[in-house]
Amino acid sequence: MKAVDIIKTAIGNSFRSRLRTSLTVIAIFIGAFTLTITNGLGAGINNYIDSQVASIGAPDVMNVTKPVEATDDSTGPKPYEPSDPSEVSSGRPGGSVLALTDDDLDSIRAIDGITAVEPLVAVSPDYVEYGDAGKFQLSVSPLSAGVKIELAAGSAFTDGTDENEIVLPTTYIDTLGFSSNKDAVGKTVTIGITNALREQTTVEATVVGVQEPTLFGASPSLNEPLTTALYDAQNVGIPEDSTNQYGSATAHFDADSTDAQVAQIKRDLVDAGYAGTTVADQIGTFQSVIDGIILVLNAFAVIALLAAGFGIINTLLMSVQERTREIGLMKAMGMSGGRIFALFSTEAVFIGFLGSAIGAGVAMLVGGVISRVLANGLLKDLAGLQILTFTPAAIGTVLLLVMGIAFVAAVLPASRAARQSPIDSLRYE
Amino acid sequence: MTTSVLSTRNLTKQYGTGSARFDALKGVTIDIAEGESVAIVGKSGSGKSTLMHILALLDSPTSGDLSVDGTNAAKLKGTRLNTLRNRTFGFVFQQFFLTPNTSVLDNVMLPLKIAKVGSRDRKRRALEALEQLELADKAKSKATDLSGGQKQRVVIARALVNNPRIIFADEPTGNLDSATGAVVEDLLFRLNEEQGITLVIVTHDEELAARASRRIYLKDGLIVDGLAA
Repeated sequence: MKAVDIIKTAIGNSFRSRLRTSLTVIAIFIGAFTLTITNGLGAGINNYIDSQVASIGAPDVMNVTKPVEATDDSTGPKPYEPSDPSEVSSGRPGGSVLALTDDDLDSIRAIDGITAVEPLVAVSPDYVEYGDAGKFQLSVSPLSAGVKIELAAGSAFTDGTDENEIVLPTTYIDTLGFSSNKDAVGKTVTIGITNALREQTTVEATVVGVQEPTLFGASPSLNEPLTTALYDAQNVGIPEDSTNQYGSATAHFDADSTDAQVAQIKRDLVDAGYAGTTVADQIGTFQSVIDGIILVLNAFAVIALLAAGFGIINTLLMSVQERTREIGLMKAMGMSGGRIFALFSTEAVFIGFLGSAIGAGVAMLVGGVISRVLANGLLKDLAGLQILTFTPAAIGTVLLLVMGIAFVAAVLPASRAARQSPIDSLRYE
Repeated sequence: MTTSVLSTRNLTKQYGTGSARFDALKGVTIDIAEGESVAIVGKSGSGKSTLMHILALLDSPTSGDLSVDGTNAAKLKGTRLNTLRNRTFGFVFQQFFLTPNTSVLDNVMLPLKIAKVGSRDRKRRALEALEQLELADKAKSKATDLSGGQKQRVVIARALVNNPRIIFADEPTGNLDSATGAVVEDLLFRLNEEQGITLVIVTHDEELAARASRRIYLKDGLIVDGLAA
């Protein structure tokens, strides 16, 4: 029998007992549908994070902190030493790190491969104002320093400039009294900030871009000169030594560094008592959590598929039983065992294909609708989030996986069919 | 006499072992010449079906030799065996063995499909075979929707379609009434006479056997001169 005839015959055979085939197809459908949806969810979320955060981008930047030395919880806190640096919150719940001093910055700077170190400073401006439209609260998220953003208008910060530059989120545009995103670009806004002496001073900044709201909320981003200007304005009146304590520092390294070089820098930092995390590390943690969740969901889908695999075994065993005489006849007519095996396993693979194709197809339709509904409803604020994203590769993987499971399921029944001796099959009543 | 297409030497066949052992054939030596029509006659349990199965290479003997066209059948394996089965033999069974829920045409085309004949060619040849048996109008019908006589004619068409040299018929009229049985008999013997196809009929029906050019009587696994009435 020619391969094409085997495929045609197998497809024809699978439709001969429609009810049985459809029930098996439904079982596979459920598994394939779930797997496609969970994969789509993983791809959708990861894509979103990629587009939102991977562009944070600065691949040549590393966040350096000084971790608190691990203490044994059962022995209680360590005795106080006046020379010990104070602990500061790292911004993450439950996490606190030791404050970095200028000495620390120097020793970080000394590490091989690090080109520059700047302390990461927190500024808390009071308001932002444009023209006569009134003053509005301005909160700057600590993450926004160094973040590259998806822009709705204008451009990113100018490299190496001394000018104060700010990127505003789209939500600020109307409120501040601009007529459109484009209108805001190039305008100068006034930022008010209170110093330690309770005096309010102002700093001027030019709007260079307008950004879409991100996963991390809608905070304006400031460039380094502006951050420094605000920091200086904020610290007027604070004793010198207490301003020189920072939660973390940003270390720059050569953008062309290889992964191994970056790893070496991190090791050196650890040896010196610091911890360095690149943006990639931070995204990596985030994504590995999501990947982990998706993996668990996928595992459930695969369990469903395995159950469906037993359905295929059952279906085929019945099919082989039912067609015993037919198999005998084909063998009597000179069909080889291998071809018989191919015939039955093709039938299984076809059933698998049918179930997974329908499952994936329906999942894409349903997922597309859900995605759209959510994007306009529940997830409206997260512009650009397609919660379910279906890539051809993922769909192809689902199809191949299911067809693979179907083939494995077919091995037992198909080899039983292939082994049958023609005469026993023909005598079978 | 012309050369033998099938010849056996001292064939035996046993089923089971020990106390359950049953000797279906106890040493059968026959020669069947090209173009002959041979009836293997015997009661049920005489070993006639076993002999036919061995002759048709569907079963292997416990001991003894079988040669097909002078080739020792024991040495035929794999592809050669399958090709021989496909090209040389045609089968007509009492129980028809038509594939249900598929068309008459598909059933007739099955041997050609196995032989890797192209789809246009096999359709043409299958239709020719059906034409020969006056069943061309039933080509599209489901095999299960036919009457017994029609089914057996489809089976003959299927046996014929690959131009076999030998047709094995196992009780070909067993499931048919005498009128349709006679039609099927006529068909088989006409194929033998007109196309020179060797015919091996297994039957317990003396009347059918009488039409064959030679009769081989089997009793309890051995060839006998005739069956006691």
